[in-house]
Amino acid sequence: MTSATVPSAATALTRRKPPAAVRRRRFLLAVANHSLLIVAAIAFLAPFVFITLTALMTNSQALSSHIWPHPFRWQNFVDVFHQAPIWRWALNTMIYSCLATLGVLVSSIPVAYALSRIRWRGRNVAFGTVLIALMLPPVVSVVPLYVMWAKLGLVGGLGPLIIPNWFGDAFSIFLLRQFFMTIPEEYLDAARVDGCGELRILGTVVLRLAKPAIAAVALFSFLYTFNDFFLPLLYTRENPSSWVLQIGLSEFRSLHQVQWNLTMAATLLVMAPVIIIFFLAQKAFVEGVTLTGVKG
Amino acid sequence: MAPWLIGFSVFFGYPLVMSVYLSFTHYDLLSPPKWIGTANYKYLFTQDPQVGQAVKNTLWIIAIMVPLQVLFAFGVATMLARARRGAGFFRTVFYLPALAPPVAATLAFVYILNPATGPVNILLQHLGIEGPLWFQSPGWSKPSLTILGLWGVGNIMIIFLAAVLDVPKHLYESAELDGAGPFQRMRWVTLPTISPVILFSVVIGVIAGLQYFTQAYVAANVASGQASQAGDQTVNNLGYPEGSTLFYPVLLYQHGFRYFNMGYASAMSVMLLLVAFTVTVLIIRNSRRWVHYVGASK
Repeated sequence: MTSATVPSAATALTRRKPPAAVRRRRFLLAVANHSLLIVAAIAFLAPFVFITLTALMTNSQALSSHIWPHPFRWQNFVDVFHQAPIWRWALNTMIYSCLATLGVLVSSIPVAYALSRIRWRGRNVAFGTVLIALMLPPVVSVVPLYVMWAKLGLVGGLGPLIIPNWFGDAFSIFLLRQFFMTIPEEYLDAARVDGCGELRILGTVVLRLAKPAIAAVALFSFLYTFNDFFLPLLYTRENPSSWVLQIGLSEFRSLHQVQWNLTMAATLLVMAPVIIIFFLAQKAFVEGVTLTGVKG
Repeated sequence: MAPWLIGFSVFFGYPLVMSVYLSFTHYDLLSPPKWIGTANYKYLFTQDPQVGQAVKNTLWIIAIMVPLQVLFAFGVATMLARARRGAGFFRTVFYLPALAPPVAATLAFVYILNPATGPVNILLQHLGIEGPLWFQSPGWSKPSLTILGLWGVGNIMIIFLAAVLDVPKHLYESAELDGAGPFQRMRWVTLPTISPVILFSVVIGVIAGLQYFTQAYVAANVASGQASQAGDQTVNNLGYPEGSTLFYPVLLYQHGFRYFNMGYASAMSVMLLLVAFTVTVLIIRNSRRWVHYVGASK
């Protein structure tokens, strides 16, 4: 009997409710904290709400002091496509984002593998240069690269945006290398004993184990290029047929003297893909962001 | 490895060397570069009438916007870490704006903060407050950009959140037993434990601040309301209004890619590189005094 009562006494001790005053203070703190969170959440969501509401207004409403559209003008989302070659811009964006992302994966995965799991002379020096490349502001290399592309006659097209990604990207190499380092050596040794070459190990063992990291790299690369404004501005500003969505959107209002309601509809359309991707791949996102920050 | 080495030398090594070389030349892309010694640097430091303003604007970003972003991200992350209900929902809401493409977000804010018909000033009017001119006024354009920057703080916030949740619970418990109040626990437990993350976000923030471009360019372009049509060199909206959003990278862009003074733009980029490098080294050195790595002995 005593042996049974002792553990229950212990649980009773740990589960004892705190005094009423403490509980009330904790409750009030939680309420205050949640109220603050709700206020902040409203502030964070408000811009999205305002954009959406304006995108549904008529032009005169958008210029008035009304905040709620009346009537709702869904036609705006059709009109936007007549105002500007949005499909053309979207196509250019897809070409840029997809080819660049593919390039980053094809070039960075083998380099990251060589930097993490193959021993070779000069490996540390090579990894050091990746770290330096990671730190350097891209603005610095912009002028000579522009000169180079101008000499090759590629300025005005998407080439200068895509091609560099096929030669490795420091950030992706770094992220993948950090992840590859966590793969247990035994797996690789087992494959080597079975007679696999390094390329085959990479293709079978490593790629399968590193799926989350590769997904994160692909996601970041796609988003980065989708959102990229600076490089497309440099290389395609003079050539509207190569404009991507971000350039088109930035010029949307001023080029055609377009009204705010249509501008906001276009803004919403450009935001939409990213937000949809986020909800489809939320887990990979948050893991990826954490992977870059905490263990870096 | 080989393709990467080629890529590295072409897209990284070559530009670095070329930047330094071009910075000593006069080069307009049409005729070959002409060696002019240190004339570009002399002009940059003593004559260029816009450099002073551009440097001041960029310093504003680094001294005011970046610290505010770090503080704000930390504040939101702390609240999130304490949330008992709906933590996932709130996390999504606070992270979402960070995803919005910078161009779209800037456009949205120029509209929302539109002095006459923007929703914010209309709401302020209902409260009896006359709203400022936001992106239209030289005094308010940088604060407006800062509000935009705070809205998009999600990435840093997620990293802070992970760090705050990672602080070992037993540290708080023993601090509480020693009689530490909430502020003391924050000061002596939370802050030291997450100090590496603070360092990381400050360094990243400063490097990004030195390169602050897209939002400034788009805000000036849209707020000025004028067409900067392709090929039209006469209209120059950069820095609108009154040069208050002319940041150093915007000035670099103007010299390099509007006026095609490639030599002078190179000199500007070499200076930017030196400053970025120096500042990073200084922050990291200074950090030894306040960053605490778990498991490291003093």
